[in-house]
Amino acid sequence: MLAALIGLLGDFDLAEEAAQEAFAIASERWPRDGTPANPGRWLVATARNRAIDRIRRERTLVAKSKLLEVSEAVEDEIEEQVFGDERLELIFTCCHPALAMDAQVALTLRALGGLRTDEIARAFLVPEATMAQRLVRAKRKIKAAAIPFRIPPPHLLPDRLTAVLAVVYLIFNEGYDGRADLAEQAIRLGGALAELMPDEPEVYGLLALMLLHDSRRAARVRDGELVLFKDQDRSLWDWPQVQAGRAALERGLALRGRGPYVLQAAIASLHTAESSDWPQIAALYGELARLAPSPVIELNRAVAIAEAQGPERGLDAIDGLDLDDYQYLHATRADLLRRLGRRAEARIAYERALALARAHPERRFLERRLAELDL
Amino acid sequence: MQYLIQIYSNDSVSRYEGLSEEEKQAVMGEYFAISGAPGVTGGAQLQPPTTATTVRVEDGRTLTTDGPFLETKEALGGYYLYEADDLDAAIELAARIPAARLGGAIEVRPLVER
Repeated sequence: MLAALIGLLGDFDLAEEAAQEAFAIASERWPRDGTPANPGRWLVATARNRAIDRIRRERTLVAKSKLLEVSEAVEDEIEEQVFGDERLELIFTCCHPALAMDAQVALTLRALGGLRTDEIARAFLVPEATMAQRLVRAKRKIKAAAIPFRIPPPHLLPDRLTAVLAVVYLIFNEGYDGRADLAEQAIRLGGALAELMPDEPEVYGLLALMLLHDSRRAARVRDGELVLFKDQDRSLWDWPQVQAGRAALERGLALRGRGPYVLQAAIASLHTAESSDWPQIAALYGELARLAPSPVIELNRAVAIAEAQGPERGLDAIDGLDLDDYQYLHATRADLLRRLGRRAEARIAYERALALARAHPERRFLERRLAELDL
Repeated sequence: MQYLIQIYSNDSVSRYEGLSEEEKQAVMGEYFAISGAPGVTGGAQLQPPTTATTVRVEDGRTLTTDGPFLETKEALGGYYLYEADDLDAAIELAARIPAARLGGAIEVRPLVER
């Protein structure tokens, strides 16, 4: 509903205020007069009328504003197409690269996820006033700099879609280590994108990736401690969600997708098999690294190599990676060294990982591993 | 919507001086082509910041100092005024400006509409 209003009115604040007014009117009238046949349409129409009233009142103050032009066009058009789905236009506006990444994330959660400012602030561990300021500044820029409200034209679409997917994935990852509501939000956004852009393989790739990762949520932590993938209780996995993830991946592959999200989803899907196909996983990480070179991907490839060809080969692949501040590099090295019986080196690596770890379940896991070295 | 398209360059990283005469001519040609592009309503190349004079008025007295207001490595070297539908169009024009790929940067600022 908010997406439709912002599309109609071209103004975030006006749309939000109008929506609130419409809900207030509905809560008064519907119990008395009965719920209208099409409540969504009724709300949008009511909110739109309120907004136009407001614009009329302000007309004397603002001689020439974009809002005014929009409102006149809206009055003409509105009867024909009352309620278009403009979520896609909205997400492309929220994720415009001229906005700071943290603002893109906040706007997307606010406008498409329907989260309140205090909820977003809590999710990202910033004071509510900071988040409010961030949103205000972003909305002001959208208006002042005329960031367009539209689906980007074909020559801009690939880059812009990448930006949108990055925002959704960032929201997912914020939720991955604990705040389940954010992961859920991200999956919902991914599902909406797949529905709105049914021909984009990377959209399905991202949706599949998120569904598959999230399906293991319940098994990732036991008694407040991180459980490694291979030690997880598979009966705790959300199997219907695994199936949904696999189906999304199939769709992405059928669209001839071979982008970063499709590849990552393919890897995640291989991990759901009875026994993981490590040589194939290592090959997919290799393909991913060629597409988007990154030491983190190389580290994952090293893990797959270690499983496929032994810890020694895995260590070789880790050597020389520029990731000294990355806890998982040290945790991975520590584990491989431990398996090779090189205890002294393993201890140093575990201690380094522990110094970098933030989340409690991970700290507990590392502490236990460190203690076990002495046994 | 009107945008001020500000062209910043940094002499120490600019690749312009390293170009051949022919290439420099081609780059200037690009600047002139942008000047004549639809929607571009004005623009100019500026003399270097060393030629600038900064003016203040205190107690009715005009005070002048030699040099730019802000001493920065990146100096405003020129600008265009551009009338466009939206920021995407302004970004596309900015990306065509040679300085953007020669070590400089373009700052796009919307004008206040009155």
